[in-house]
Amino acid sequence: MVTVASPSRLTARDRARRADRDRTDRSVPGLLAAPALIAVLFLLLPLIGLLIRTPWGHLAQALSGTDATQALILSVWTATAATGVSLVIGVPLAWVLARTRFPGQRLLRALVTLPLVLPPVVGGVALLLAFGRTGVIGTYLYSWFGITIPFSAPAVVLAETFSSMPFLIITVEGALRSADQGFEEAAATLGARRMTVFRTVTMPMIYPSLAAGSVLCWARALGEFGATITFAGSFPGRTETMPIAVYYALENDPNAAIALSLLLLVVSLAVLVSLRDRWLRGGVVA
Amino acid sequence: MTEAVDAQRAAGLVVDAEVARGNFTLAVSFAATPGRVVAVLGPNGAGKTTLLSATAGLLPVSAGRITLGGHVLDDAATGSFVEAAGRPVGYVFQNYRLFPHLTVAANVAYSPRVRGRSRADARATAGHWLDRLGIADLADRKPGQLSGGQAQRVALARALAGEPALLLLDEPLAALDAATRLDVQTQLRQHLSAFDGPSLLVTHDPLEALVLADRLVVLESGRIVQEGTPAQVARQPATAYVAKLVGLNLYTGRANNSGVALADGGSFTIPDNGQHGDVLVAVRPSAIIISNQRPELTSARNAWPATVTGLTMLVDRVRLDLDGKPSALVDVTPAAVAELELQPGSHAWLSVKATDLEVYATAAPK
Repeated sequence: MVTVASPSRLTARDRARRADRDRTDRSVPGLLAAPALIAVLFLLLPLIGLLIRTPWGHLAQALSGTDATQALILSVWTATAATGVSLVIGVPLAWVLARTRFPGQRLLRALVTLPLVLPPVVGGVALLLAFGRTGVIGTYLYSWFGITIPFSAPAVVLAETFSSMPFLIITVEGALRSADQGFEEAAATLGARRMTVFRTVTMPMIYPSLAAGSVLCWARALGEFGATITFAGSFPGRTETMPIAVYYALENDPNAAIALSLLLLVVSLAVLVSLRDRWLRGGVVA
Repeated sequence: MTEAVDAQRAAGLVVDAEVARGNFTLAVSFAATPGRVVAVLGPNGAGKTTLLSATAGLLPVSAGRITLGGHVLDDAATGSFVEAAGRPVGYVFQNYRLFPHLTVAANVAYSPRVRGRSRADARATAGHWLDRLGIADLADRKPGQLSGGQAQRVALARALAGEPALLLLDEPLAALDAATRLDVQTQLRQHLSAFDGPSLLVTHDPLEALVLADRLVVLESGRIVQEGTPAQVARQPATAYVAKLVGLNLYTGRANNSGVALADGGSFTIPDNGQHGDVLVAVRPSAIIISNQRPELTSARNAWPATVTGLTMLVDRVRLDLDGKPSALVDVTPAAVAELELQPGSHAWLSVKATDLEVYATAAPK
């Protein structure tokens, strides 16, 4: 006795599609389709809402009442500076974590990626305790050099670097780990010293991940709020970055907040589009 | 005389070292003289690539030393070690390892450039080598756009552009398909013979070794089991592995004047050339005659019964696997198989002339 389940209907198009691809059923079962749709709506509706409520007619007017330009310029340059600092010190750290072995390395890796999961406000408090005028390091910075960091533009850069550098480190470290070290061996046999190998082979070969990590880092720095407001405050023109400007505008001028948010959304979308080919589609290649 | 030999030896690569990697230890002692190609032949896991890595400075030796032209590259006793980047060694890797982000020209210019030559100078050197290897038209391509044969030549050009004193090649033809392999092999032979320094070529393909090398070093489980010219190795294989590679039957036994008692049973009558003690006997599969009954009057001094256990069709002949004392591989024509009605289980008689037996003393393991 042979038992066969009752047949379903498969059109010629369905058949062609199944034959073409990986032979699995491409239709979505209802139990997965509904939650997936809810997820899409949840992610997109707020953004659509933002677009609907945008005062398109008098955008310029809404923005003029704020220090939008100042805030945007501050945000862009501090995020860029934070990314620069992360590249200069984070990439070497990623190399050390990926390519060397020493006692306590796993602990160190866990610690340097801690800001990924740490509430940013806590990071801001910690930075204040370290670099504040009476902080562990800040005391000496002030008494020896007369430098005060908190509530200044450099403080913004530090806060952003603290929160965003781990993104660059883990991306680059992962790429270094999975990169084929055979190429570095080949470079060595061709006469390249270690720093030359790093510069001419290691870095160019992980370039896609380096770019992806930098953009992630930059985007995270651009959106940084908690650590910045705690450590650098919100002085318009000096330390008030876009996210902070949006937050304050929402209290007294919602239209301005919407306009500012729209501006940030456009910048983020531009980043995403610029990454489209290199990163989103191809995946993070080592 | 020996002084001259020693001087020539010292001018080349001298390896007398052990390399320990986990449970595996490579322990070898051999020399490669300038202008000569030494093929290191051996099964997978014999330590061939480990040997190249140690010579290139990618691995330190755990005992002994490696010298090149009299200069110490690595010496475990004194602790002196020249880093890979400081050794005048050109290494052609198994999968070539061409830098994927650089053009062919930049790959070839890499070594002169990182060794301190000016950009223009390095480019000129690269151009010269690309010309010499007949791949100047590939200069602007990326490695991803090359065929296997082209990549092989670029890898060789890149290694040679560093003007090395020693060339290391790891399975240089293994990544190629059969059609391009012969072509590239012929060219590789020309370039190797034009190279002044010693070359060390690792392969598991006996034909490649026979064609490309002046001298063979056979490596098994980290030890050298045989060393000699390709002709010597092909005629008098020292181990079952080598015998299989060159397609010979090989037996171990004890010689006593005109007879050899074989270790695995049976005996051979051999030409009386005064051999005594432990010997190896090599027989070509085509030298053995098979008949369906005991040969009566014949010049073959050796005849023994055997049972067919397998038949394999080779290109123009059938290779029979026979179980007996001793067992043997025998090559016959398909017509003979049909006429003698041979099939697995068939009983037959094997015979071989004493003069077709290559008898030689077992070499003391190195």
